[in-house]
Formats: sequence, C-alpha cells, structure tokens
Amino acid sequence: MDFSLTDEQRMLQDTVERLVADQYGFEQRREYMKKPEGFDSTLWGQMADLGLLGVPFSEDVGGFGGGAVETMLVMEAFGKGLVLEPYVASVLTAGTLIAETGSEAQQAEMLEPLISGELRLAFAHTEPGNRYEETRVATRAEKRDNGYVLTGRKIAVLHGDSAHRLIVTARTAGDEDDAEGLSLFLVDAGADGLEVSGYPTNDGLRAANLELDGVQLPADALIGKEGQAAELIGLTLDRGAFAVCAEAVGAMSRACDITLEYIKQRKQFGVPIGTFQSIQHRMVEMRIALEQARSATMKAAARLQDGTPEERRKAVSAAKVQVGDGGRFISEWGIQLHGGIGMTAEYHLPHYAKRLVMIDHQFGDVEHHLNRFSAMMDVPKTA
Amino acid sequence: MDIKFTAEEQAFREEVRAFLKEKLPKDLSEKIRTHRELTKDDIVRWQKILYEKGWGAPGWPTKFGGTGWSPIQKAIFAEECALAHAPSQLPFGLSMVGPVIMAFGNDAQKERFLPRIISADDWWCQGYSEPGAGSDLASLKTRAERDGDHYIVNGQKTWTTLGQHADWMFCLVRTDPDAKKQEGISFLLIDMKTPGITVRPIELLDGSREVNEIFLENVRVPVENLVGEENKGWTYAKFLLGHERSGIAGVGTNKAELRRLKEIATTERKNGIPLIQDPAFRARIARLEIELEALEMTDLRVLAAVQQGTSPGPEASMLKIKGTEIRQELYNMIRQASGPAALAYQPEAIADPEAPYAGPEYALTAAPVYFNNRKITIYGGSNEIQKNIISKMILGL
Repeated sequence: MDFSLTDEQRMLQDTVERLVADQYGFEQRREYMKKPEGFDSTLWGQMADLGLLGVPFSEDVGGFGGGAVETMLVMEAFGKGLVLEPYVASVLTAGTLIAETGSEAQQAEMLEPLISGELRLAFAHTEPGNRYEETRVATRAEKRDNGYVLTGRKIAVLHGDSAHRLIVTARTAGDEDDAEGLSLFLVDAGADGLEVSGYPTNDGLRAANLELDGVQLPADALIGKEGQAAELIGLTLDRGAFAVCAEAVGAMSRACDITLEYIKQRKQFGVPIGTFQSIQHRMVEMRIALEQARSATMKAAARLQDGTPEERRKAVSAAKVQVGDGGRFISEWGIQLHGGIGMTAEYHLPHYAKRLVMIDHQFGDVEHHLNRFSAMMDVPKTA
Repeated sequence: MDIKFTAEEQAFREEVRAFLKEKLPKDLSEKIRTHRELTKDDIVRWQKILYEKGWGAPGWPTKFGGTGWSPIQKAIFAEECALAHAPSQLPFGLSMVGPVIMAFGNDAQKERFLPRIISADDWWCQGYSEPGAGSDLASLKTRAERDGDHYIVNGQKTWTTLGQHADWMFCLVRTDPDAKKQEGISFLLIDMKTPGITVRPIELLDGSREVNEIFLENVRVPVENLVGEENKGWTYAKFLLGHERSGIAGVGTNKAELRRLKEIATTERKNGIPLIQDPAFRARIARLEIELEALEMTDLRVLAAVQQGTSPGPEASMLKIKGTEIRQELYNMIRQASGPAALAYQPEAIADPEAPYAGPEYALTAAPVYFNNRKITIYGGSNEIQKNIISKMILGL
C-alpha cells in the first residue's frame, strides 16, 4: 500500500502545474476561448514541447510511457486551470486507441504528428438516440467496392470541430444495440459527405455534431478488426470517463480552495462569514466530497492500470458517480457560499461550477454509471 | 502509487482469517451476525481468546504486551474480525485509559493496570459525560476534594457505556473550581466497588440497557489513583480523544452489514421477485457500496500516511463522519428491506438466542438496531463536533 509518487511522476506533476499556473490565469483563459478553435494552439504546441501530448504513449514511439496515474496527474492539474485544449479528445481517447489498436501503417502515420501536436483527433461515438450507451449505434458502414460508406449522425463530439481526423464508431453488422458488428473508422475532417457543425458548450469548451451522408472510406480507414470494436469502445469511453474524473478532482479542489479563501475574507455583520458554523459545516462537507471523489478516482486509476475489464468498469463507474455527485455538491454550495458574486461571469468560481456540472454530461452521467455499477455489483445467489 | 497490499500484508490477512476460523466461537459470531445482545461473559471470553494468542492489544506496543502491529496490520485485523462477525474489543481499556496510562501514568500504575486490561481481568468504563457536559465536556462539574491521601469525589456521570459491568472507571473530575474550565480538571482512576457509587442503567429507545448514570457520593479515591499531575486532566483527555482513531471509519463493519443487507434483499420478495432485483432499491444499495469503496480508499490513504509517521489527526474526523453516515444508512436500508415483519418488538428473543420468536431472523433486530445506531453520530464526539474539528484544524476557520 503506497500512495506516494515516483520522482518522475512528481516531475510530471510539477511541469503541468507550473504550465497551468503560468498560462491559465482567468483572463488568459478568456482570451483562449475567443480563438476559432476554442483554445490556444500556441499553448497546444507548448504542451507538445513539454512532452505532455506523449504522456500515455510508449517510449519507442516517442511518448512518456505513462499509465493511468500519469494521466490522472495531468488531468488533475488541467482541472485546476479549467484547461480548454483537446487533451482528452485527441490524446487520451482517440490517440490511445490508435496507439493500441491502429495498424502499423496507421501508427506510423499518426503517432508522431499526434505527439508533436500537428495532428489532432476526436472520438465520435454519441448519437441522438444512444445517450451514454456503449453499444447502441445507428450509424452504419456499408461495405462497398474496396472500402466502406458511412451514414449516420453523431452529436456532442468533444472538440470535433477542431480535429483533423475523427474516429467514428459505426455498425458494419447487426441491430442497433448489438455488441457484435461495431467497428471503428478514421474519417478526415474534410471528407466528402461529412458535415461538421461546431458549437460552444456550456462550460466554455467546444463540441460538434456530425452528419455523415454517404462518406466514402478506403478499406484502410478501418481501425482494428471489423465488427469487433465493442470492447474497445467501452475501454475508450472508460478512459474518457476516468480522465474527466481526474479533471473534476482538480476542479473540485480549486473550487474548494477558492470558496474557503472567500469565506475567510468576506465580512458580514462585522465578522468573516467563515466564523458562522452553518457555513463552516458546509465547507467541511465540500472537503469530504472532494476527498471521497479523489479516493474513488485513485481506485479507478489502479483498476485501469491492472484490473480485469470487469474491475475496471466497476471502479470507473464508482468514480464517475462520486465525481458527479460530489462535483455538483461543491458547485452548488460553492456558488451559494459566495452569494451574489458566485453568480457572475467575471468571477472564476462559477466557471469551475459549470465545468463540474457539465462533466456529468460526458462519458456517462451519475444515473448511467450507478446503473452500470448496480448491474455488476456482487450479490448473493438467489436461493 | 500502488494500492495493492504487500505479500506480507496479504499473508498476515490469511493468518488472521485462519485464526478466526479456528478460534472464534460460533455462538459468538452468530450473535454478532444477528445483532443479539452480548453478555459480559461473551465479551470477556473473546478478549481472553485474543489474549492467549498474543493479540489482546492490537494497538499497543510490545513492551506493554501489545502486538506492535503497523497501522495497516491493525486495519487488516479489524476488517477481518468484522467480516467474521467477531465481537468488538472493548475500547475503554484498550484504546482509552490504556494509552493514557502508558503516556502519563507512573510505573506502579502501568504495572498494576495495563496487564489486567489485556487479559480482560479488569473491565473499564468511561466517566466523562455529565448531565450538563456533553459536547462541551470541559464544563463538567463532578468535584474531587483532597482529604489527606484521598480525594473525596461528588457528582454525577452519565452515558457510561457498559458501566454496569465495570470494575474500574477513568473519570474526569474538577479539582480546582476557581481555575478556567479546562485548567481545573484531573484524571482519576476509580474502583467501582468503592462505597458511595451507584450505577443506574438507562433504557434506550430500542429497549437496550447499555448506558448508565453513575452517581458519586463522597467516594474516597486514593491519591495514588491520580494519573499524571493534578489539574492537567484536560491534556490527557484530549490526548485520549486524539489517540488510536484508526479503525474509526469502521470499514470492516460496514462491509459486513452491506453483505447482510444484500442477503436480506435477496431473500425478501417484492412483486414476486427478490427485492434486490427491484431497480430502485438495488440502485440505493449500489450507491452505498460506491460510497463505502471510496471510504475504504480514503481510510487507506490516511493509514498509509500514519504508517509513514504522519499523525492521523483531524483527517480521522472525516472518516468518523463518513463511516457513521454510511453505517446509519445501511441499518436504515436493512430495516426497510425487512418490510412489515420489522414491526414486531420481541426483546426476549433479542436477549436470549434460545427464545422463540416470529421471524424472519433479520427482521427481529432490524428496527431496534436502526434505532440504537442513531447513537453513532452522537458519541465519540458528535459529527457536528467532528465538523468543528475539521473546520478549525484543516480549513483554518
């Protein structure tokens, strides 16, 4: 039992935290948001220079060789700064998929520019009809000539409008909710028949809806084995869920710190409001929610690293529930303890609240993961 | 970061498990599993079994007859005991007065009292709370006046758990009524056979009799039974409250009760199918299990820090709050899962495992246990007091 970090991990943490402290002030973030991509491409390049875009990739392809703990450290630091760059989309979900499942040619073509920041990817799975489900996919890929033709709709594709290429889940066989028959395809952002409609999200990030109307793909656009992608989709969504959990832990800890600082200095009735017990106790409950979310996220990291798929799924769901509930609790009470200032766009706390609440809309919400955990929970055999 | 137990820790867990399987008497584990009342003899019997194994005092250093275990080992032992439905060891001697005597007592006191705590020859109780001194403990009024080589003690203690069986009571008394309230308190060890002591059990809302009022009327206590210095008792009391709070989260007990809840929900039927298949009820169980898993990790994080020499301190307050909240909800759900059969009040059967009763077995104690466990957010420093501690010590408010 050892919760300490290695020297390498501590250095990585320092690097990311310093970057966030230097480059992610409130005003700086506002400027990044105004850019067409919704983030700062210079900063993205800086992340590449610092080696951050290679964190989950193996050293022989030029990466850092990090696992879930390293991901957690990066994402937690990003959460403290409400970082806008497409790290989850490009590196942790789509990028990791290529690194693990891509053909030799796909890896040779994409990993280097991915790590150097020139190539950005996004993962397109969610559809109007599948909420957070893993295997319900209506988008179809028809085999034609020497390739495939994709038709369907995707929504809420995180950073889908700034990605150069998209990894799209589509059905090559089976009915809409079959686990069998799911495949993964690489689609260029400029492909004929693809319409990408980008939009801002409520937390200041960006996402896109995709219309795929007979998008023609060559055979080598397929990632992994045809019809066998269900487990990979599940793993990728779990990686995304875990990443935003770690991000949320960072955002929750900042939201707690900001609120604590505020209730120490804000005076009413001649005294700091932090001297009032009703406020103290709420603040304590916020801290407990943070620690519980952190614990659950650490367990998910461990299970992603060395657990069975079943253990991984349970631990990720448990973390997403803790983070969903705890994040909302801290957001709502953070605003409440601030009073009016907590309602204003020009103050930083509410932006943490918005990100924390919106995280529940990504990679499965509390209800989704509670049900998933519930279905997997150990129960005595029925007599 | 590696959240796995080491091979040594794993082997230790196996050793504890094997010991429990061999030595834990079935009648005791069955009483614990089904929440029946334990007699004094039950508790003493188990402590003596542990004592013979050399495990009588998991939290003590070896020089006082303890195991010298690491914090992680202690946690493993506590968890395995809870999962095997072993009786809890009484905290009053082992976790409370024992460590105070070790830290502040004189050699004669250490020799006289410590071995008899481990061997269960002395049963200790706690003389802290008074009718007017609960969370505000320092406002206690029980007086001790010096008369030659004795103190004359007058006053009243209350909520004294299992005081009806006690041989000794460690007691906070006021020795200087003119000093500020924390400064005039002393820590006395009182023989419960001394004339002038009256013990009156208090019936609790569930019908149990585990706490008592203790009346002290001109009780003569030899001066040699003063621990440490006169008027320094508050320091020792605070030491006691901060000491040995590992296990405060009650992870093992919570796991055992979660397992029981699932068993009950599997047996009970709703709409012709097991209650555990009811999505709404099942989701509530899932939520509790998720909370408990996170608590287990939080507990291990604190333990690992203790293992590396950091004092558990105020973090233990978080564990107490969360651990008791989860446990209360477990008992709430066990009560709810038991359905209409939980209405019947059958105290004779709770006290006597041989007595007949209307079943099912789990419904017998479901409501009384739920009511009885409202206490856990009140005792040991109420959860509101724990929040005050965190607020002051961690948040700096």
